[in-house]
Amino acid sequence: MKPILTINNLTKKFGNLTAVSNLTFTINKGNVYGILGPNGSGKSTTLGIVLNVVNKTSGDFKWFDGNTTTHNALKKVGAIIERPNFYPYMTATQNLKLVCKIKGVDYGKIDEKLEIVGLLERKNSKFSTYSLGMKQRLAIASALLNDPEILILDEPTNGLDPQGIHQIREIIKQIAAKGTTILLASHLLDEVEKVCSHVVVLRKGVKLYSGRVDEMISSYGFFELKCNNQNVLVTLLENHPSFGRIKVQEHLVTAFLKEPMKSEELNKFLFEKGIVLTHLVQRKESLEEQFLQLTDAVQHQN
Amino acid sequence: MLRLLNLELQKLLLNRTSKILIFISFILPFFVILLSSLKINVFGFFTLELGELGVFNFPIIWHLTTFFASQFKFFFAIVVVSMIGNEYSNKTLKQNLIDGLSKKEFILSKFYTIVFFSLVSTILITLISFCIGMYYSSYNEISIILRETNFLVAYFVKLVGFFSLCLFFGMLVKRSAFALAFLFILYILEWILFGLLAWKFNTDIAEKIQNFFPLKSMYKLIDQPFQRVAMTKFPDKANLIYDYSVHSYEIAIVLCWTTLFIFLSYRLLKQRDL
Repeated sequence: MKPILTINNLTKKFGNLTAVSNLTFTINKGNVYGILGPNGSGKSTTLGIVLNVVNKTSGDFKWFDGNTTTHNALKKVGAIIERPNFYPYMTATQNLKLVCKIKGVDYGKIDEKLEIVGLLERKNSKFSTYSLGMKQRLAIASALLNDPEILILDEPTNGLDPQGIHQIREIIKQIAAKGTTILLASHLLDEVEKVCSHVVVLRKGVKLYSGRVDEMISSYGFFELKCNNQNVLVTLLENHPSFGRIKVQEHLVTAFLKEPMKSEELNKFLFEKGIVLTHLVQRKESLEEQFLQLTDAVQHQN
Repeated sequence: MLRLLNLELQKLLLNRTSKILIFISFILPFFVILLSSLKINVFGFFTLELGELGVFNFPIIWHLTTFFASQFKFFFAIVVVSMIGNEYSNKTLKQNLIDGLSKKEFILSKFYTIVFFSLVSTILITLISFCIGMYYSSYNEISIILRETNFLVAYFVKLVGFFSLCLFFGMLVKRSAFALAFLFILYILEWILFGLLAWKFNTDIAEKIQNFFPLKSMYKLIDQPFQRVAMTKFPDKANLIYDYSVHSYEIAIVLCWTTLFIFLSYRLLKQRDL
């Protein structure tokens, strides 16, 4: 796979505070990556460093094959950081023309990209008259101008209303479907879960995990069960070798698997033991649950 | 280079405030000079015609017009500090860098703009002085016309130097208003230093040292012309004689400051986390 961004032992210190510590990961072409972490975990700082706006303390990173300067590499990258930053006195078209001049792209793409984000009718309005959602969509259009090899989005839905969040997510999904590599930094886990195939998890500047979303923790998922004879069910499950922890919450029994098992196997086993289930759901942990487990595990180790 | 200039011109010319200020700083002085060259009837009592005083003769006209026009540089100084201040307050500086502009290119695009406007201003003042001169001057031999045209070079260097100083202050404090305040503080500081030096040594030495200070060295490029006009009226008064010509060492000092300010602006930006 072709690497797009390679980060090696990257460290950034702000005085005594270490914002990013010895971070190493690689972004390959064609995947959708998420950078996950609570506020202040070093996501934005990391992106700031690779985007040429924050100076690194040590370590290094390279764009593509490492043969171009960072600012030239950035002409092939589309990025949005936190808030959309444009000249308030210029119209959308004028702002995008300026970006074209910086990136060395011709003006032909402007209308096409404004169409994608649904701003074509407002293209001659001044940026200062836009709502936050429109500003954010303009930022996406601007990031797409050069048909980038990678699109970097830092908290793209921050501060938007539900409708705005939905619009942005739809646009991101469309772009991802076209095969553009995406790097999405967010603390909203369901956002990452919905679009990303790979994640990098950060906490206080330290990498906890990087890899596929579904391999984040070695887990076989769990069953949620209900029946009319709960005590017998719990005893049966506790004595079954495939199950680890059993959690009982009122009428809902949650049983965590230690090895793979299909739901029909369990159903058959319980029925043979005389238990008729009224509710059977097999699930994997959501990204949120996985994330909390991962960060908790680290917290306990410390 | 053209790309960078083009970039900055778009930022400036689409902004109404900077458009007005650019107009004031470059067009207004020419109107003032043009008007002053006309015969003005003061309420019917008497007619004032500056041309009669011989101030529009070659070569003194070069001295006079460049001196007056350079007083209007303050308006463009506002444009220079606000073009940095706005980039910070709109966070567009950050966005420009993310879009693929290097920090060096950013500073250069500002510097090229400064040079561009200084050049335009110099060309305009050359044209208008030439026209007024041709109309009023008692002498119009080529050799006399071309004499003292180094005031134009001084004018250009003075503008570039002063705006580079503004650029540096803009980069240093990030806010337009504070940057202008810094200019004022620097002005006061130079006089305080001058006062201290004059007290420690004597006025002569103090003045020699003061001529190396940034603002004073720029001012020194084109000395005030009033004394010179007086000199032409009363040629026998020896105490009026002073050195008003443009010296190459004066230009060199200002060029050194310009280089330093641009370099420092770049260093500042390079080390900053945005």
